[in-house]
Amino acid sequence: MKNLFIFNGLLRKKAVDILVSGSTIVSVTPHGEVPAPEDAEIIDATGLIVFPSFYDCHVHLREPGFEYKEDIESGLEAAAHGGFGGVMAMANTKPTNDSASVTEAMLQRAQQTWPNGPYLYPIGAATIGLKGEELAPMGELAEAGCVAISNDGVPVGGAEMFRHCMEYAATFGLTIIDHCEDPTLAKDCHMNEGEISEAIGVKGQPVVAESMQVARDILLAEFLNLPVHLAHISCKQSVDLIRWAKARGVKVTAETCPHYLLLTEKILNNYSTAAKVNPPLRSEEDRLAMKEAIKDGTIDIFVTDHAPHADHEKEHPIEGAPNGISGLDSAVALTWTQVEDGTISEDDFIKLWAEKPAAIFKLPLNTFAEGDIADFFLFDPKEEWKLTEDAMHSKGKNTPFLNTTLKGRVKAHWLGGTRIV
Amino acid sequence: MPQEKHFIWPHKDLLDVSQLSLEEVSHLLDTAEQFHEINQRPVKKVPTLKGKSVVLFFAEPSTRTKTSFDVAGKRLSADTFSLSSSSSSLTKGESLKDTALTLEAMNPDVIVLRHKANGAAQFIAERLDCAVVNAGDGCHAHPTQALLDNFTLRRAWNNEYKGKTILILGDIKHSRVARSNINLLTRQGVKVRLCAPRTLLPHTVHTWPVEIFQDLNKAMEGVDAVMCLRLQLERQQSGLLPDLSEYARMYCLTANHMDMAVEGAKILHPGPMNRGLEIASDLADCKNSRVLNQVSAGVATRMAILYLHATRKDKGV
Repeated sequence: MKNLFIFNGLLRKKAVDILVSGSTIVSVTPHGEVPAPEDAEIIDATGLIVFPSFYDCHVHLREPGFEYKEDIESGLEAAAHGGFGGVMAMANTKPTNDSASVTEAMLQRAQQTWPNGPYLYPIGAATIGLKGEELAPMGELAEAGCVAISNDGVPVGGAEMFRHCMEYAATFGLTIIDHCEDPTLAKDCHMNEGEISEAIGVKGQPVVAESMQVARDILLAEFLNLPVHLAHISCKQSVDLIRWAKARGVKVTAETCPHYLLLTEKILNNYSTAAKVNPPLRSEEDRLAMKEAIKDGTIDIFVTDHAPHADHEKEHPIEGAPNGISGLDSAVALTWTQVEDGTISEDDFIKLWAEKPAAIFKLPLNTFAEGDIADFFLFDPKEEWKLTEDAMHSKGKNTPFLNTTLKGRVKAHWLGGTRIV
Repeated sequence: MPQEKHFIWPHKDLLDVSQLSLEEVSHLLDTAEQFHEINQRPVKKVPTLKGKSVVLFFAEPSTRTKTSFDVAGKRLSADTFSLSSSSSSLTKGESLKDTALTLEAMNPDVIVLRHKANGAAQFIAERLDCAVVNAGDGCHAHPTQALLDNFTLRRAWNNEYKGKTILILGDIKHSRVARSNINLLTRQGVKVRLCAPRTLLPHTVHTWPVEIFQDLNKAMEGVDAVMCLRLQLERQQSGLLPDLSEYARMYCLTANHMDMAVEGAKILHPGPMNRGLEIASDLADCKNSRVLNQVSAGVATRMAILYLHATRKDKGV
């Protein structure tokens, strides 16, 4: 395979030249120190940042069962252009990913459509059919290729059942990801409970619907001395609890999404179904608490909770519209705002999108050391671009950021030394 | 027919009272006064909206609002067409958008919509060229009810709102009537009080420009009017109330409560009433009750609303 020479890229703020041979990194040297090999493909990365490929540990690729919203091929295409070398897909497909046959079919489809990556890492269901009644065959799921377990979308309400899920998942070394939501407090809710929901008459979900379950999961994790990963955290009360738990040494990790850092419930004042998401967009106080939590490490990772829907499904009054934002195409630019506004450093950005996801879910990581897998992308932090439907690679165009101008764009992406974008 | 000239109604749709300035409300109610006079005549029909069509699309059960709009349209000589969710393609899975587009393809001048979904009227108004009048959407807004209540109070208070106090009693949390009335009355300088058990008040009600009471006796002290709201009986099944007899004991408006109010304080109720549950039967029929006046006001106010919206494109009214 031809060598690849990327010159004058910014790697952790240092100008470097990167030599790739085949699928691995041969050397990373200060810019200009070594000449480009004669036979190499040469890429000028002047002004561009070199990032290791990111992981999105929380996506919904809709296949099998809902291919009209998204399929594995289109979802991975959006991932490739979004800077993601690997995505972890939730199990709320149809049929549910609660058996090896479904996991294997998903992996086969990913291999057929994107043989060089981005890579699909399936997440198995915690309970059969996500019903919260019987444990899913987690051993079989792990053998088939699932990297974690979750009932995301339909939270396990019963504490005893969730305890069993945690214990059984740990049997196979799988981390459980919980969608923290008390089903009784969240029943029939369509946005955050607060002044806006009460002014416009929509039944709102109180923050305690999330934080009560966060508290439950933390207490169970401590009691069982087992890890738990808390999905799409959205509110101050939850991060306060997670901070307290980490200080006690509880094995808890947590994630949040770009929209909880950038938007509040105010956007729903006009019944904007594009911004209808679960957990719902919260208050300004909650948004600021989320920023603080990414800054101090209480939140471990960024995820998109990529939830594509067809246009006709979102085009309903708010009660009839499904939850979800299509996120893979825009997430890196949206979260780059947190570096731009000084909330986090560029190093933290890499931690939140690459290093900690890899550590929590035991995924491969490119550290740019000699011999590492050549998974990386070039990012122009200054390019401004409009997030139009045409610019999105996901089938789902459902995002409240549609037609807004974003700053920062993925310019090229290699996985295992093969250029995919 | 209204005689006032040079007032161009600026709104395509009527979605909530919050979109109306107080001057526009005043103009609308002045217009309603003229229609109210017509409604007292032996021959109540005028040709004002002859050739105009009004679709009454009630996707949620309603008797009095739908009939009120129907009468209002017919008295103005408009052709009114009724559609309910059970008789529409909504039962066949058609979306609200497609049903609305289908209706518009028949070129009505006004669509009056009642729907259980919050924001449903706004949803179709954004997609249609014809006027859309919100006849109640979920727990959000009921502007025509608030306007007819306002018409009733204006008459009872001789057009003086400022400094008056009104108590809204009952299930505030789920009431679109309360929300629209609170918006309009507080802007007019009326002091609004709310009284209900905590389970029937919104969590953030303390941020509303109102006074909150749990004790009905205290809430009634010095009020100029009290507006009872209908209690939906399923609130008990949904765990918001222990039992209906306890609710009646604590929150049913009785003659004793009226003793705490100013003399001659008026009683309103948007109906239908649960007599003995939210209002004592004798109070519903007493001389200070304005319940039936509200019904009459409803026809006049809705005539004004249809008139202003159906003729808006013609050239000002």
